Amino acid sequence: MRMNSIILGLSAGLLSSTAFAGDVRVMWYSDGVEGEVIQDLLNRFMKDNPGINVILDNVAYKVVQEQLPVELEAGRGPDIARVTNIKELADHWLDLTPVIADPAYWQTNFGDQFDWMRPDGSKIIPGFMTQITLTGSFVNKTLFEQAGVPIPADTATWDEWIDAAGKVQQSQQLNAAFAIDRSGHRISAANISYGANYIGGDRLPAPIDAGTKAFAEKLVNWVADGRMNKEIWVSASGTTYRAGADDFINGQIAYYYSGSWQVANLASKIGKNFDWVATGSPCGTAACTGMPGGAALVAIKYTKTASEVGKVMDFLGREDIVREFTERTLFLPAHKGVLAGKIDYKTDDENVKASLEAFLKASGKIAPNAAALPAWKWGTPVYGALVTRISQVMAGELKLDEAFARIDEDIKAQVAEASK
Amino acid sequence: MADVRNGIATRAGAMILAPVGWLANLFDAPLRMLQRRTGSNGMAVFFLAPNMLVFGIFVLFPLVINILYSMTGGGALFLGDRTFVGADQYGRLFSCGSYLDPKSCTEDLFWIAVWNTLVFVVLQVAMMVAVALVTALVLNRELRARSFWRAVFFFPVLLSPVVVGLIWRWILQRQGLLNLMVFEAGGTPVNWLVERSWAFTATIMVSVWAHVGFYSLILLAGLQAIPKDLYEAAEMDGTRPLRVFWRITLPLLAPNLLVVLVLTLIRAVQIFDEVYVLTGGGPGTSTLFLTQYIYEVGFASMLRNPGLASAASILMGAVLVVLTLIQLGIARRNEQRGKMR
Repeated sequence: MRMNSIILGLSAGLLSSTAFAGDVRVMWYSDGVEGEVIQDLLNRFMKDNPGINVILDNVAYKVVQEQLPVELEAGRGPDIARVTNIKELADHWLDLTPVIADPAYWQTNFGDQFDWMRPDGSKIIPGFMTQITLTGSFVNKTLFEQAGVPIPADTATWDEWIDAAGKVQQSQQLNAAFAIDRSGHRISAANISYGANYIGGDRLPAPIDAGTKAFAEKLVNWVADGRMNKEIWVSASGTTYRAGADDFINGQIAYYYSGSWQVANLASKIGKNFDWVATGSPCGTAACTGMPGGAALVAIKYTKTASEVGKVMDFLGREDIVREFTERTLFLPAHKGVLAGKIDYKTDDENVKASLEAFLKASGKIAPNAAALPAWKWGTPVYGALVTRISQVMAGELKLDEAFARIDEDIKAQVAEASK
Repeated sequence: MADVRNGIATRAGAMILAPVGWLANLFDAPLRMLQRRTGSNGMAVFFLAPNMLVFGIFVLFPLVINILYSMTGGGALFLGDRTFVGADQYGRLFSCGSYLDPKSCTEDLFWIAVWNTLVFVVLQVAMMVAVALVTALVLNRELRARSFWRAVFFFPVLLSPVVVGLIWRWILQRQGLLNLMVFEAGGTPVNWLVERSWAFTATIMVSVWAHVGFYSLILLAGLQAIPKDLYEAAEMDGTRPLRVFWRITLPLLAPNLLVVLVLTLIRAVQIFDEVYVLTGGGPGTSTLFLTQYIYEVGFASMLRNPGLASAASILMGAVLVVLTLIQLGIARRNEQRGKMR
């Protein structure tokens, strides 16, 4: 009798930690307030669909980047996940076509980005972009005004921007004039503005070209002359990501190159400390482009509750829900219907409104070479090699020519390894 | 009175041990039967089996898997899905014009990590042993509030390495506590984590700070085990303190020092967590150590290379085994010499 009680207790314990039929587990990371917004939306969904229990696992971005791929390789993982390395993991996404109510609606409204998240040549519907991001710059207007330096025009080049920020640095005795996030994705926008093209004729990575070399040289020189914040790029090795947002938030730099996803973060942390605005991407010799990207909500093909997953995705992909999510999170939407209508961002902050308008405007100036990259599977090794080797040049470990040779070798080796 | 007390203690002891005895008796008959059937060698196997099973599952099996991974290539995670490449990954790691010049190597970051680790091990182990010894000697003296000071030195050992890294990052960053003090003292602030030599020095100092309490404790135990009469005899003979240290303290502390040396060395080769948080391997690659290299190749980069990471970890493990064997050999020789004396 006693043994039976123990077995019963153990069974109950095991069951409590196991997913029930009808459970849908969502792995989610947040840059700003989107975790709270999605939880609110999901609560509403569960109220209308009492048979489906959606469990939102809010995790660190690093978990999505490092642990999710391992789980997926093992044929496990959540039922739905919010991810940014969309193309690399495309083999693990579920085709939602049979489980969503109206595939044509999805095709019409989210179809432009499907190739970003499915294997080359595939026609599946794997999910939708929760936000479209675009790299771009932010200016501390107050510092520029105090320094008496006019903010450069939309058509200003990288050199003109850095010269202007350098004048602010000198006038306001700042530690550095500007910062760029330590990310190959970020500098790729500038590389492409100087004419870079990463994609070779065979869709494999092309050797790095004059465009990439031109901007890499500028970066190294800006670190050497003290205008670019050395800490962001030099104080780490390998592909480690470092953002320069804190320096901008603390008023220690006049100019910051990052992306649209920073808007909510800057708004909440800067508050009324100073005026700031987004200004799109500076120009190079070939374009004035930012890099598009974003975070997708995708269904995982190892789910055991595909029909419930379909219902959750249908709900979250609804135009009114996407609109509410966009307005509350201050993101740029991917949904065509939402983009076509008026977006009433829920903020009184004029800096935010102006910045979002600037990013929406800049999204019309994306160069074809930049637009092609989110759907290209070899982007990641290129970004990684760029960051690793250019940082070494900044730290004085390599010469530029050596770094360029290493970048090509690193990319070639990674592609060869992944193709085995 | 004492007899009564002893009687109570004996009865209490018997009561506590009774269930143990009962349990032992329960197994007695089946074990005797097993011994009759398998002999004494079989019984040894029977008793060792649970331990060997745990060792096999959690140590031997992962080791074998790791060796197999190091002989495969491709991006797939599961061994069965991976391509057998023989010794290619090792060949890639050892493909060098000159091992002294990482730039001439195909996997230059591996060799940068090897040399960084080597320099770190030499400097950190020397400093750790020296600081631990001095700390133990000081804490062994008749100090006021000696227990408090022992706790102070041991406290950092209780901290998680990530916390250690974060604390020191806040202290050493450009606008950190140290630069504030430098500035207040009229000096020029230094970018401690961006200047190569300072960053490397910081990793050594921080790791010594974080772990010295533990090693001091081992040495303190050794110091307290040295018979007091030896010191009294030396004092009566008027021996100078330095000579007492060289002739009495150091030789009798040698076994403890060896333990400290072995543990410090192994820990230094494996250094990762606090340095990863503190410097991220930078500036450039100046604090990129072997474990971080393995982690980045195997886990952190988007196109993971488990084969190369496994090969590097096997090589690192081999170095650790060799170092440990050398040190055990030295320890055994010292023990034999001691017996001969």
